[in-house]
Amino acid sequence: MRVIWTLAKRELGAYFTSPVAYVFLVIFLLLAGFFTFTAGNFFERGEASLAAFFAWHPWLYLVLVPAVGMRVWAEERRSGTIELLLTLPVAPWQAIVGKFLASWIFLAVALALTFPAVITVNVLGDPDNGMIAAGYVGSLLLSGAYLAITCMTSALTRNQVVAFILSVVICLFLILAGFNPVTDLLVRWASPSVVDVVAAFSVVTHFDGFQRGVIDSRDLAFFLSVIGFALFATGVIIRSHRAG
Amino acid sequence: MIRIDNLVKAFGAKRAVDGISFSVEKGEVLGFLGPNGAGKSTTMRIVTGFMPPSSGRASVGGFDVVDSPLEAKRLIGYLPENAASYPDMTVRAFLEFVAELRGLDGAARRKAVHRVVELCFLESVLNQSIDTLSKGYKHRTCLAQALIHDPQVLIMDEPTDGLDPNQKHEVRNLIRELGSSKAIVFSTHILEEVDAACTRAIIIDRGRIVANGTPDELHAMSDSAGAVTLQARGATEERLSQLGRVEKLNGAFRIYPRDKASAGQLAQEVVEMVNLHGWKVEGMYSERGELDEVFRRLTLPDTVKR
Repeated sequence: MRVIWTLAKRELGAYFTSPVAYVFLVIFLLLAGFFTFTAGNFFERGEASLAAFFAWHPWLYLVLVPAVGMRVWAEERRSGTIELLLTLPVAPWQAIVGKFLASWIFLAVALALTFPAVITVNVLGDPDNGMIAAGYVGSLLLSGAYLAITCMTSALTRNQVVAFILSVVICLFLILAGFNPVTDLLVRWASPSVVDVVAAFSVVTHFDGFQRGVIDSRDLAFFLSVIGFALFATGVIIRSHRAG
Repeated sequence: MIRIDNLVKAFGAKRAVDGISFSVEKGEVLGFLGPNGAGKSTTMRIVTGFMPPSSGRASVGGFDVVDSPLEAKRLIGYLPENAASYPDMTVRAFLEFVAELRGLDGAARRKAVHRVVELCFLESVLNQSIDTLSKGYKHRTCLAQALIHDPQVLIMDEPTDGLDPNQKHEVRNLIRELGSSKAIVFSTHILEEVDAACTRAIIIDRGRIVANGTPDELHAMSDSAGAVTLQARGATEERLSQLGRVEKLNGAFRIYPRDKASAGQLAQEVVEMVNLHGWKVEGMYSERGELDEVFRRLTLPDTVKR
């Protein structure tokens, strides 16, 4: 546990000593604001909720989370520090979890900085704050799932750009599998049960519940197992590099 | 401390390490020589637990590096090739980070950082971020990292690579000093370092050990070991060739002993001949043997061999 925290602290430090972190935070907040208030028709909806805010998160994270996570392993491999890291008395899983947690904490900070949106709806009306809290939990889990996938693709290559593109493609697939225009298209060829199975793999399907204020154990299990699986795969990939 | 038994590492069809066995005890400094791509780094990466071997075993302090990697890694200080470290950290933060991972806390950590900073002359750059450092300082930062927990086993991949002559000298002295209380392995392709720092050296080529001995033993493997070089006015090749094969060097003669057994008396015989003919001696040396030549003979592909 201590080792994980030591590693996570270093990673977090690395984010905040570089200007990238601040650039990211500003872009994230600008885009979140833009999608909510302009593209999401926040005011025209005439309701005191953050539905317009959360609805865009799967798309917003699609680009921003891979941007945060792409360097995690690719940079270690490119610069050769992975050799230093893995010859210290650190088990590979500790390094994987530590790095993941650090990036996840960073994303949580970014998400927490959207608090003015909560204040806004509370000033303008009388929203269901439990629903908003559930939305935040879902959003954090969603970013965690994307991030774990990005960690995995980052371990695959020493090139951050390749890691970025791969993770965007995988995450895009996870969105589209349950995205209404796509499922509507699928229904024409496949039986509804097949469509349901495909949609069950989608982050959108599982994120929906959180947006409605429901924390369903199945949705929780989905996000946690995506994270668990992707981090496990990261471990396998790292081990296979070293095995040569 | 370090025991390596029939180690093999294959990358696809290529065997980077092909059945290497050796052991290093406390108080020994083992020089690991070999041309580029001979398998030096790969062997070190296996011993430090970065890569698993394809077959064979490696253990450090009795802990197998595959079965109990964390225990083995705790005993080892490792300076990887190219001395990679995190460029965004300051020297102090980096050393504290490694100390923390090594389980050092509070006062012990401060003391450890202070000790290696002094040992590696890093005071002046302590608060500078690593990417602003010159190569020599980067290298010493990484060396300091390897020494921070005062390890019993020190493994260094080309510790003097990229350093200027003064820094090389310092690092060699440091290795020699530390060698009395630790088991040290370091790789190099600078042959003088064998004499400067090692108690024993291994030459490897294409994944196999081709020589293993003390620096003196390796020197003695050279053709020129025991030869006498004479620079004297009046000396002639004709007369000297009575003593052995003579090679003409720039104004001097090198006389090779007829066989290894008579090598000891050769110098005496040369002196007698000089006295007999009344040559004026300007210089006379007994050759210890050239590592350079031993190295080339052992590691050149067969087709290029003389």
